[in-house]
Amino acid sequence: MAPNDSAETNGEATGTVVGRRKAARYIVPFAVAGVAAATIGLVPALADSGDPELPDITAQELIEKIAASDQEQLSGTVKVTTDLGIPSLGGLAGSFAPGAGSGSGGSGASPDAKLMELASGTHTLRVAADGPDKQRLSILGDGSEYSLVHNGDDVWGYDSESNEVYHAESDGSGKAGEHKAPKGVPATPKELAEEALAAAGDTTSVTVDGTAQVAGRDAYKLVIKPKQSGSTIGSVTVAVDASTGVPLKFTLAPSSGGKAAVDAGFTKVDFGKPDASSFSFTPPKGAEVTEADELEAEAGRSGSADKARKDLGALEDFKGLNVIGEGWNAVARIEVPGGAGLPTEGSGDAPAQAQQFLDALGDKVTGDFGSGTVFKTRLVNALLTDDGKVYVGAVTEDALVKAAGTAK
Amino acid sequence: MSQAELTAVPVSRAPRRALWSLGILRSELATTFRRWRTLSLLGVLAAVPVLIGIAVRIETGDGARGGPGGGGGPAFLSQVTNNGLFLVFAALSATLPVFLPMAVGVIAGDSVAGEASGGTLRYLLVAPAGRTRLLLAKYASVLVFCLVATLVVAASALAAGALLFPVGDVTTISGTRIGFGEGLVRAGLIAVAVAVSLTGFAALGLFVSTLTDSGIAAMAATVGVLITVQILDAMPQLDAVHPYLFPHYWMSFTDLLRDPVYGDEVARNLGLQALYAAVFGSAAWARFTTKDITV
Repeated sequence: MAPNDSAETNGEATGTVVGRRKAARYIVPFAVAGVAAATIGLVPALADSGDPELPDITAQELIEKIAASDQEQLSGTVKVTTDLGIPSLGGLAGSFAPGAGSGSGGSGASPDAKLMELASGTHTLRVAADGPDKQRLSILGDGSEYSLVHNGDDVWGYDSESNEVYHAESDGSGKAGEHKAPKGVPATPKELAEEALAAAGDTTSVTVDGTAQVAGRDAYKLVIKPKQSGSTIGSVTVAVDASTGVPLKFTLAPSSGGKAAVDAGFTKVDFGKPDASSFSFTPPKGAEVTEADELEAEAGRSGSADKARKDLGALEDFKGLNVIGEGWNAVARIEVPGGAGLPTEGSGDAPAQAQQFLDALGDKVTGDFGSGTVFKTRLVNALLTDDGKVYVGAVTEDALVKAAGTAK
Repeated sequence: MSQAELTAVPVSRAPRRALWSLGILRSELATTFRRWRTLSLLGVLAAVPVLIGIAVRIETGDGARGGPGGGGGPAFLSQVTNNGLFLVFAALSATLPVFLPMAVGVIAGDSVAGEASGGTLRYLLVAPAGRTRLLLAKYASVLVFCLVATLVVAASALAAGALLFPVGDVTTISGTRIGFGEGLVRAGLIAVAVAVSLTGFAALGLFVSTLTDSGIAAMAATVGVLITVQILDAMPQLDAVHPYLFPHYWMSFTDLLRDPVYGDEVARNLGLQALYAAVFGSAAWARFTTKDITV
């Protein structure tokens, strides 16, 4: 047919036919969109459905396998999603983390500041490791990347966004080493597994719960659950590669349900030797290099190190950091030295607005301990009593209030 | 006319059609690129990297480091002073969110509706090429404009960067170093990736253009859709739909500057653009081939 005649009305006899054919053409875009939607919806579901068939294994055997793993070469992509129920730290980290930002005493490329950002949101990381001396960790940002390279005695941090370099001489302890196989203390993996299970004891259940596909590899799922109630932690799931014993995925589910609080896992993994060039780093031309020693010295000069030391001293002065309860329900009690708690209304310590702000952040509670304010996140709750004690724990609000009551 | 086509010798039909298609494409390209409007759009696009380069040069002329410590503004700005090649990346990331798609929106929105409002669409349809091929030629010429516009930005940035700043070995954003030659190859790849990023939006503009007979209305609507979708893409509450919005993976071209190259998001961007091109391309086809052309 000539493509041009479709819009020509050729008289009444063919009018309805043409009309129907016209209408039929509009089906095409909808069909394309429908097929695409179905593909997007179905393909992941189909890919997920097949849990691999692996021989049965006990929790102890699996822990032995992890401990015995001597996989030293690895590279891959890791996706980390964190939802702790606290406001996004993306922008805040820069202003809160010591030494971050463009302040004269700091370097934006120092690892602590950057790793803070992982505490909220979703991040893509790339890791590579070749033995205990060479590791690389990169956090992929929007149009930028933060790389942490450990090669022999050097630890380099490079922030491409600000073109800043952080350099530290490590004493070979492998600061960036994330995937070193645990070695040493208990002599054999078997002992370690036994010890770990014994330590778990009657507060924790450790089971192998089926299998899963992680980054295209077959893995066992090790599930660690508190036996007591009252913890905010529902379960911790570790997916362990069936052939190498390398943990591939880590999921922390809160007991309140909903999305996992922490979900970190490989989306791609390769156990071959990574390219040697990925561990070599020379500061790019024009980049500002901050040496870790200088940073400390400078911080000392500006007094922040002294302050930190004083803070630490103050921590030691705490009248007993008591731990109430045991296992998963442990609650730490901290007495703020010389502190009355939060300024209460009418005490005149704080302007009304500040008071309102604090009230908005926490909930007022009362109990056997008196009254106080509870600050909640998805995992950790803290109770600040009016007489200046702080109770912190990964337990529910009720359990926290009860613990505070028994401690009185 | 259709009678004549049916009785024509079948062997000679295919080459004749191909020749016709080429002819339409050539005339489409000629009309697009000979317009003053197109040329001035390209001129504005070429001026953007020059302006960025001069601004960075003036700001860092006294030996200060480029960019604020935290690295505000478009990506790569802080590296421009050390390597002029980074002006290409900085210019592309500065123009991709607004300038480039706006120019493409103007060209795509005008492609059919402009002819209709100028009263020339009828005469185009008199040629025995058929509406489908005319539409394909229109889309092809818009795609050529996407590529030309991106290359204009990249080339002007490269020239300005080489004139104003030193060039040399390139440090990838992963911190590894590659030669200047490979850096140029990456810059070329990035320009192509940026051009491809615009194909989905170009198809959308073409569809809008078939809906109306007013060129201005089509352009305004296309650019309006662009701005709306960009705003939606910036709202954290709409996280769930973000992966399906056409600008969502636009900045994925920066992944080509990592070492090794991180291809996941680039691949997702290509898939998304292909989807938008298929959906809105077929919608434009359905509309255009069934439309009554009265003007």
